[in-house]
Amino acid sequence: MQSAVDIGWGTILAIKTVVVLAIIPLGAIILGYTFLLKMMAHMQSRLGPMDPGGFHGWFQLFGDGIKFMQKEDVMPAQSDRRIFAVAPAVVVISTFLVFLVIPAGPDLVVSNLDVGVFYALAVSSLAVVGVLMAGWASANKFALLGALRAGAQLIAYELPLLLAVVGVVVMAGTMSLQGIVEAQQNGSIFGWDGIGNPFIFGQIIGFMLFLVAAQAELTQTPFDMPVAESELVAGYMVEYTGFRFLFFFIGEFGTAFAFAGLAATLFLGGWAIPHVTDPGWSNVLGPIVLLTKVMLVAFLMFWVRFTYPRLREDQLQAVAWKFLIPIGLANILITGALKVAF
Amino acid sequence: MSVDFAVDRQAWRHLADAQVNVELDTGDMILNLGPQHPATHGTLRLVVRLDGERVISADPVIGYMHRGYEKLTEFRTYPQITTLINRIDWLSSFANEVPFLHGAEMLMDIEAPPRAQYIRTILTELSRIATFMLFLGEMGLQVGALTPPFYGFRDREHVLNLIEAATGGRFHPNFNRIGGLKDDLPWGWINECRNGMKVVLDACNTLEELVAENEIFEARTRSIGIIPPEVGAGYGVSGSNLRASGVDWDLRRDGKPYLVYPELDFKVWTHPDGDSYARYWVRLQETREAARMVIQMLDRIPSGPIMAKVPRIIKVPEGEVFVETENPLGQMAYYVISKGATGPFRVKIRSASFSNVSILPWLLRGVYVPDVITILGSLYFILGDIDR
Repeated sequence: MQSAVDIGWGTILAIKTVVVLAIIPLGAIILGYTFLLKMMAHMQSRLGPMDPGGFHGWFQLFGDGIKFMQKEDVMPAQSDRRIFAVAPAVVVISTFLVFLVIPAGPDLVVSNLDVGVFYALAVSSLAVVGVLMAGWASANKFALLGALRAGAQLIAYELPLLLAVVGVVVMAGTMSLQGIVEAQQNGSIFGWDGIGNPFIFGQIIGFMLFLVAAQAELTQTPFDMPVAESELVAGYMVEYTGFRFLFFFIGEFGTAFAFAGLAATLFLGGWAIPHVTDPGWSNVLGPIVLLTKVMLVAFLMFWVRFTYPRLREDQLQAVAWKFLIPIGLANILITGALKVAF
Repeated sequence: MSVDFAVDRQAWRHLADAQVNVELDTGDMILNLGPQHPATHGTLRLVVRLDGERVISADPVIGYMHRGYEKLTEFRTYPQITTLINRIDWLSSFANEVPFLHGAEMLMDIEAPPRAQYIRTILTELSRIATFMLFLGEMGLQVGALTPPFYGFRDREHVLNLIEAATGGRFHPNFNRIGGLKDDLPWGWINECRNGMKVVLDACNTLEELVAENEIFEARTRSIGIIPPEVGAGYGVSGSNLRASGVDWDLRRDGKPYLVYPELDFKVWTHPDGDSYARYWVRLQETREAARMVIQMLDRIPSGPIMAKVPRIIKVPEGEVFVETENPLGQMAYYVISKGATGPFRVKIRSASFSNVSILPWLLRGVYVPDVITILGSLYFILGDIDR
C-alpha cells in the first residue's frame, strides 16, 4: 500500500510502536473496567464502582493506576533485587510483542510477518520467564510455589494452544495473520459468501480449544493456580506493590486483550467487514470491528473466569494431556482430510 | 571417672558422603500457612511440611485469639455471661447462649414458658441457617469460584435481618434471659420469617446448582479429606462433619431433650462418604431441613408469656450441671459448677471447632496444598470457637 503522505518507514514504525505501547494499558483498562469491575459486580449482585468519574465509575482504574504510581516501592529484604525489579517488565514485554502482529486493518499492523501465528504464540510464552523470575526473586515460599505452578502450567498449555491454531492455518493456507483475515473475508460457506467464511464455523472445536488453552495461558479461573488467592494468596506477585504490581496488572489484562484479539483474528474474521474491500474504509472501520469481536471473546473468557471454581494442579495437567491434546490432534487430522477432500 | 571420646579421624569422609547425598536429595519445605492467610477464617496457623506440593505433616498452632472466657465467667454474674459466650462462635451467637442458660435454668429449677422455648428454637435454627449459608457460599471461594460467596452473603442477609428484627442485634443478640426472653416477637415477624425461609430454600437450590453440581467442584472435593467414622469419633469430631462420615448422631434428636426439638418432625441427614463433598452436601441438606423446621415451628408457635417467674437478683443454687446441644458447628457443651453465688464457680466450655480441628494433623497427611484449603474450608471452624 502506498501511504497518502510519504513519510519514512522509520517514522511509521515509531508511530506504530507508540500506538501499540498505548494500546496495552488502554486494552487492560477497557477489559479491567468492563469485566473485572462492572460485569463481575453485576454477576455478584453488586454495583461495582459508581462514583469515580461520574458515570458508573469509569475513572476507577485510572485512579487506581495513579494510586499505584504514588506508592512506595517496597522490596523484600531477602529478594534478588535486580531480578525482582525486572520481572514485571519482562511480562509486559511479552504482551507487547504479541500486539506487534495483530492486524486492525489492511495497513494497521506493525509488522505483517509471514509466520505471524507462530511468532505470536512463541512470544506469548515469554511471559513465563518473567513469572518465574518474579517468583524466585521474591524470596517468598508462596511466590515460589506460584511461580513453579505457573511454569508447569504455561508450558503444558502451549501445546493445545498451538494445536488449536493449526486447523486455522490449514484452512487458510497461510500463517500470516493478514492472510488469515483475508482468507476469511474472501471465503464462502458452501458457496454462500454473505459473511465470508469465519473459521469459527469450520473450526468450532479449534475455537473452543483455543479459548480453554488461552484461559490457562492467562492463568484465569479455572486454571488460576499460580495466583490462587485462597491458597497462595497471590502466588508469584504476592510481594509486589505499587508500580510493579501495576505492571503485572497491565500484563495480565493486556495479555487477555491480546489473546482475545488473536482469537478474534483467527476465528471470527478479524478486522474484515464482508464485501467492504476498499482499504480506506477498512482502515477506519477495521479497529472498531476488531474491538467489538475482542469484547465478545473477552466476555466469554471472563464469564468463565467469574463462574467456575479452580482445578487442582494435577487435574490441570490431566486436562491438557488427556483431553485437549488428543482432541487437538484429531481436529487437525479431520481438518487436513477435509481440506484434501474438498 | 573420665569419659573417653573416641575421635573419628575419618569423619570428613562421612561428611563428604553426606554432602553428596544432600545434593541429590530434595529437601522438605516448611510452609507457614497463617496466622494471616485468607483461607484460615481468622488466625489459625498451620505449619505445613511440604515435599513439592505434597504435605508430609501439618501442625495447627492455635491460641492467637484466646480470650480466656472460662476464667472471665468466674467474675461475672449469670446475666452478664451471655454477652461473653455470645462471642465464642460469633456466626451463631444465639445458639451459644441457649445451652448455658438452659444449664442455669436447670440448676434454678425454672422452665421457660412454651412460647419462649419456641422462639428460642426458631432463633437457634435461624442462626444455624445463617452460619451454613456463609459456609455454602464460602466453600466456593475456597476452591476458587469468586461468585458463590456473594450469593451466600446476599441471601444470608435475609436471615440476619430476621434475627435483627426479633432481637435488635444482627450478630450478638444477647436476647436470652434466665427464664425466658427479653422481648416477644414484633408484629408481622412470623409472616416475614415465612418469606425469609422461602428465600433460603431458593438460595439452597441456587448454590446447589452453582457449587455442588459443578464438575470442577466435585473433582476438587470428592474423595478428598476422608474421615472414617471411627477415626472421626475418636478425635471428637462432631456435628455435620461426623454426620458426613455416616454417623447418624444428632443431639437434637439423640441427646437429652432440650428446647422444643422432641416435638418437631425432622430428618437427620448423613452421607456415607466422609469426604469434603459429603460435608458440603450434608450442610446443604441441613440448611434446608432447618428452614423446614422453622416453618413447622411458625405454624405451631403457641401464645402466652415469654418469661417465667424469676427472682430479681439471680442466685443459682449450689450444684453442678452438664448441658450439651447441637450447635451449627457441632457439639457444644457447658459444665457449670455453682456454689450458690450470683456467678458460677467454674464453667468448662466444650466447643465444637476445637475438636474438629484436632483431626487436622491426621487428615492433612499426604494431601496436596490446594486440598489443604478445601479440607480446612469443608471442616468449617470458627476461630473464636477454637480458642475461646
